[in-house]
Amino acid sequence: MNTSALIVMLTTIALVTFLMIYFFMKVINTPPRPEPDSYTENDDEVGRQVPNR
Amino acid sequence: MSANKESWGSRVGLILAMAGNAVGLGNFLRFPVQAVQNGGGAFIIPYLICFLVMGIPLLWIEWSMGRFGGKFGHHSTPFIVDTMGKNRLWKYIGVFGIWTNIAVAAYYCYIESWTLSYVFHSIIGTFSGMDQEAVSNFFGEYTSLGTSTLGIPYEPIVFYVLCLLLNTWILSQGLSSGVERVAKIGMPLLILFGLFLAFKGVTITAGVNGAINDSSVGLNFLWTPNFDQLWSPTVWLAAAGQIFFTLSVGMGTVHCYASYVRSKDDIALNAMSAGWMNEFVEVVLGGAILIPISIGYLGIDRVTEMVQSGGLGLAFRSLPYLFYQWGDLLGAISGVMWFGLLFFAGITSSLAMGTPWIGFLQDEFNWERRSAAWSFGLFVFLLGMPTVLFFKYGVFDEYDYWAGTVSLVVFALFESILFAWVFGMDRGWREIISGADINVPGIYKFIIKFITPLLLLWVFLGSLFTPKGGDWGAAMSGTWVLDNSSIINKLKNIDLKEKLAAATDPGAIEQLQETLFFVNASRILLLAVWLCLALLVYIAYKKRVREGRI
Repeated sequence: MNTSALIVMLTTIALVTFLMIYFFMKVINTPPRPEPDSYTENDDEVGRQVPNR
Repeated sequence: MSANKESWGSRVGLILAMAGNAVGLGNFLRFPVQAVQNGGGAFIIPYLICFLVMGIPLLWIEWSMGRFGGKFGHHSTPFIVDTMGKNRLWKYIGVFGIWTNIAVAAYYCYIESWTLSYVFHSIIGTFSGMDQEAVSNFFGEYTSLGTSTLGIPYEPIVFYVLCLLLNTWILSQGLSSGVERVAKIGMPLLILFGLFLAFKGVTITAGVNGAINDSSVGLNFLWTPNFDQLWSPTVWLAAAGQIFFTLSVGMGTVHCYASYVRSKDDIALNAMSAGWMNEFVEVVLGGAILIPISIGYLGIDRVTEMVQSGGLGLAFRSLPYLFYQWGDLLGAISGVMWFGLLFFAGITSSLAMGTPWIGFLQDEFNWERRSAAWSFGLFVFLLGMPTVLFFKYGVFDEYDYWAGTVSLVVFALFESILFAWVFGMDRGWREIISGADINVPGIYKFIIKFITPLLLLWVFLGSLFTPKGGDWGAAMSGTWVLDNSSIINKLKNIDLKEKLAAATDPGAIEQLQETLFFVNASRILLLAVWLCLALLVYIAYKKRVREGRI
């Protein structure tokens, strides 16, 4: 590949991949809010029925 | 009381569903073609800038509007926008958020059914042993409802109905048990298939398995920046247009999905996560499959010629043949993965298109989810059959142009003005940052208020008055001749009329006259559907007044 194409391609791929992973990991690692929240799958989890202190 | 008691199962499920809504066939078929036609690697600069100043703001606007409307029990755009502006006419602008989805689903499900059919044909080995012309002819025969290869009469219609039944059934299962479950399965599989095909795309070696070029030739073709093109408004217009299609903004689907999020929960980070996931699929995976593989086996000249008519031709007429250059087994597996990937991209989007209509019927007329879902299937079937039966007369393209292109820009322009100027930027900003799990940069307050609406206005006016050949320099210097692709000339059917005037062959004249008839008939049909939906919104409004809900 020529240098300019390689630079544009790798920079773009690195930037987009990094931001995609960064925001998705932030979603995964952010603790859920106390019930009632918008999501039903965690409704029965122990300790989520009272607000976190 | 509304019969709508839906909710999302999990936050990751919501993000995957929202990303699935955005990721569509355009990520793999439209983006690489747009990049090749608009400056190669330099296209990515206006593309990413438009994503930052138009795409992300629109995502935040639509997520906020949806969550705000959800607080009042609204799950479709007519009454979501009605809660944000005092003028009673706003709800009729919101009709676009249902109409667009039904009209787009009508033809989109047809392409989706091609991908389903091609998965099936890849499994049974239909393309094994075919030369490229035979694979190309197969597609031509298929779309013109020609001879069935399976012995099934009207095979494309059978697959179309199957596809619609599948969509309807999933929608009838509900938000978390249907839509979200499909997204949780479909999106990871799509990324997995995409990674495999991207790996194959970037490891082609000239002389091996009939390849005439290394992958690097295709990647150079796609990524070499032509910086001169950066000064062309046409390139910026194309970049802005691509951001629309890829994010599924201006449709009403994002509002609908977000309306099931409670007001204390985050939308800012969710929107960023889903938006960047879509960008990853489009730029990283979409850029590494179609063009590198096609150029590897067909060469630059051939591919340049083929992309003039878009990415559909390459995807369906060429790739099934090219995959078989890797051997029968890998050819079949790659075919399943490519069309499977397109199918998942398609179905996660078409499911999103069903939810605003279902939400509207549940909220306003107390329909059960199941009945509302089946009514969507029936509506789409009736509206979609003309695109199947009269495909060669341009009905499909008319739906795509008016519902899938113009309508998105019009609705996005109105909603950005509503959000920033009618609802008010201060209230709007509070909606965006309420419950946010990230710090939203303050500069976006300025961008959402001024830059985004102005950009949208420019995109709309640029499409309305596109100068001939995209030559903005000549247009600005005083000779503004409209291009046949401009909205005004499209409306006047100038292109068709010019072809008709130049045609001498009686057969061609007859075909063009028929096309003209079907083009006008499809517009009347689409307009009639819009008016019917507006009437339903009016009836719903009167019902609300009677019930004391307004």
